[in-house]
Amino acid sequence: MKHLLSTADLSKDEAVLLLDTAAQMAATQSREIKKLPTLRGRTVVNLFFEDSTRTRISFETAAKRLSADVINFSAKGSSVSKGESLKDTALTLHAMGADAVVVRHWASGAPYQLAHAGWLDAGVLNAGDGTHQHPTQALLDAYTIRRHLVGLRGGAGEGVGADLAGLKVAIVGDVLHSRVARANVALLHTLGAEVTLVAPPTLVPVGVETWPCAVSYHLDQTLAEFQPDAVMMLRVQRERMSGGAGGFFPSPLEYTRYYGLDARRLARLADHAIVLHPGPMNRGLEISAEAADSDRAVIVEQVANGVAVRMAALYLLMAGEDSAEGNDL
Amino acid sequence: MSQQSTTYVLRGARPLGGEPADVVLRDGVVAEITAAGAADTSGAEVVEADGQVLLPGLVDLHTHLREPGREDAETVASGTRAAAAGGFTAVHAMANTSPVADTAGVVEQVHRLGQEAGWVDVHPVGAVTVGLDGERLAELGAMADSAAHVRVFSDDGRCVADPVLMRRALEYVKAFDGVVAQHAQEPRLTEGAQMNEGVVSGEIGLTGWPAVAEEAIIARDVLLAEHVGSRLHVCHLSTAGSVEIVRWAKSRGIDVTAEVTPHHLLLTDDLARSYDPTFKVNPPLRTAADVEAVREGLADGTIDIVATDHAPHTREDKDCEWGAAAFGMTGLETALSVVQETMVDTGRLTWADVARVLSAAPARIGRVDTGPAAQGRPVAVGEPANLTLVDPAARRTVDGAAQVTASGNTPFRGRTLPGEVRATFLRGRATVLDGTPVAVGEAVR
Ligand SMILES: [Zn+2]
Ligand SMILES: [Zn+2]
Repeated sequence: MKHLLSTADLSKDEAVLLLDTAAQMAATQSREIKKLPTLRGRTVVNLFFEDSTRTRISFETAAKRLSADVINFSAKGSSVSKGESLKDTALTLHAMGADAVVVRHWASGAPYQLAHAGWLDAGVLNAGDGTHQHPTQALLDAYTIRRHLVGLRGGAGEGVGADLAGLKVAIVGDVLHSRVARANVALLHTLGAEVTLVAPPTLVPVGVETWPCAVSYHLDQTLAEFQPDAVMMLRVQRERMSGGAGGFFPSPLEYTRYYGLDARRLARLADHAIVLHPGPMNRGLEISAEAADSDRAVIVEQVANGVAVRMAALYLLMAGEDSAEGNDL
Repeated sequence: MSQQSTTYVLRGARPLGGEPADVVLRDGVVAEITAAGAADTSGAEVVEADGQVLLPGLVDLHTHLREPGREDAETVASGTRAAAAGGFTAVHAMANTSPVADTAGVVEQVHRLGQEAGWVDVHPVGAVTVGLDGERLAELGAMADSAAHVRVFSDDGRCVADPVLMRRALEYVKAFDGVVAQHAQEPRLTEGAQMNEGVVSGEIGLTGWPAVAEEAIIARDVLLAEHVGSRLHVCHLSTAGSVEIVRWAKSRGIDVTAEVTPHHLLLTDDLARSYDPTFKVNPPLRTAADVEAVREGLADGTIDIVATDHAPHTREDKDCEWGAAAFGMTGLETALSVVQETMVDTGRLTWADVARVLSAAPARIGRVDTGPAAQGRPVAVGEPANLTLVDPAARRTVDGAAQVTASGNTPFRGRTLPGEVRATFLRGRATVLDGTPVAVGEAVR
């Protein structure tokens, strides 16, 4: 695996390997000495064209626990003022000898361009691009789902080696603008899970009928009929609510009424069902405090799993093909 | 000996793809058309044209020459040289320059720069509204009366979205037989739009530019044109729905003409999956079904012309994120080849049809088909010798860096296309010989 750009590029075997490697990484994290020597002497650059302290810290922690040298490179720029040019930045990183570049960008496709434009020969790890993809988020979601619904329930430890066949996942909210939703639909489908997207029609992309999932406009009906094993709530961006070019729904109150996960809807979930959220949450909008803090919510655990999954991704990208067994962990 | 007096014998050329003939150009006009091998070549320069198709010089109704303002992307001189290399003898230069071509002064400047360069006739397009801002009419009459003799008015790059303003513009230009060329794009429906809205945009996460944003404006405008009895031209029509609306309008007798670009005849939105901004253009590349519909529309006459929408951009404006990149692609040097590939080699148009859609019809729409500098005329004795020789059997692989235009943003890079322009003549003077541009004065031997 040279790059990790999109979950749509992953085969089932690759996806399972990533999850299994993440499980091994997680196991090392309960040891007293968490740091592994695996990537000593290698350089990971965190290249962030968009602010995301949470994601950056997660990648930084992952890289450091693998003993890599980490350089944080914040190159802010918006579509209005281009700011630091992607190409010049790539050429700089190339000159610095970066072994892997973790890139977060406001523009869909920027990591793909970094990987393919010939500016740079480091491995590229997409840490979220525009409204396109966020592969490590989907992997940590899948990891969390597998641990709870295959591993713990099935009594098979962490669910190592297993896919997600037979599980049902509802993804609820702003699908249109969500890289998390796109990444999850592709990965969950590859892993054999059944996915239903739930959103108001204004927040469903044109062309969604070609996606490997079902679409519903009604959360209550989906909870009753689809009976999901996992419910993933997407963050609603504040700018989607305003009038004019925003105005995707009439009011926050109406959104919450039809698409929010509150105590009433929580009570209708199956006993084993779990609740995920990629964070940061808008409490009281897409998720109520009761739902967010309930024992079904695995939201805090997602953060911890994020480090293990990112360790696995960096490891598989940088330590090469023969690292799959990973016995030296 | 002055260059005007050079006599050329195009030996064995096939006028409009017909039987081979010798065509003699003298004193700026087609002096003689005779049986192949029969022309007297004494004192003449012979151009061996065996197997080559002779077309009237091509006329582009939609070119961005970028001067004044963005001479780093293209100048009138470089753009018109590229036009000659592509077989053109006239281009209409769009108004979205800096300053905008919204006054007699600016259109006369562009016109004069074209004359000085000498590659093709440059007909400036005047802006419909001051500064392309869509708020009040520019001085259309002054531009029409200027030395540039403007007949085509367009805010291209932006849509004349206000229906009242569009109505006024359509009405006003009737006084001097002008035409409003509309860039049909409903602005609210396309805020932040990056590519065609459809399956591909949904998957790759780029904001969609829906077909309805084009179709809604065209539908409105044909009805306005009918209501006020004006003539309307639709720029770069790109969707199957737009073809249907124009077909319907023509069936009602509405005075509407439409153009399609070479890129919309060949390329689809699947190319955006590469995130290569070379493929970012406005209106965006559409689906395979739209490509088929515009080909069909061009074949049945619903679409009147092919126009390049040649839009050169500097490397800085294209070597960046898709979302930050400029819209537009170059096209002057590949237009004829793309039309051959998509329409001629598929049997949907004859070479005579090509002469119509790339020369006669655009010249007629732009009202540059009469007078001493007439363009788009038949290949016939006594007509101005504005001509293009194309070798339809040639094949070439497009290389942006090797093109004549000052910018490298060709979406056909790496593609092998049929046909090659071997020679171009502007009123009897060679601007291209042996496939190479010849500057004014160089053709004298
Ligand atoms: Zn336009
Ligand atoms: Zn244009």
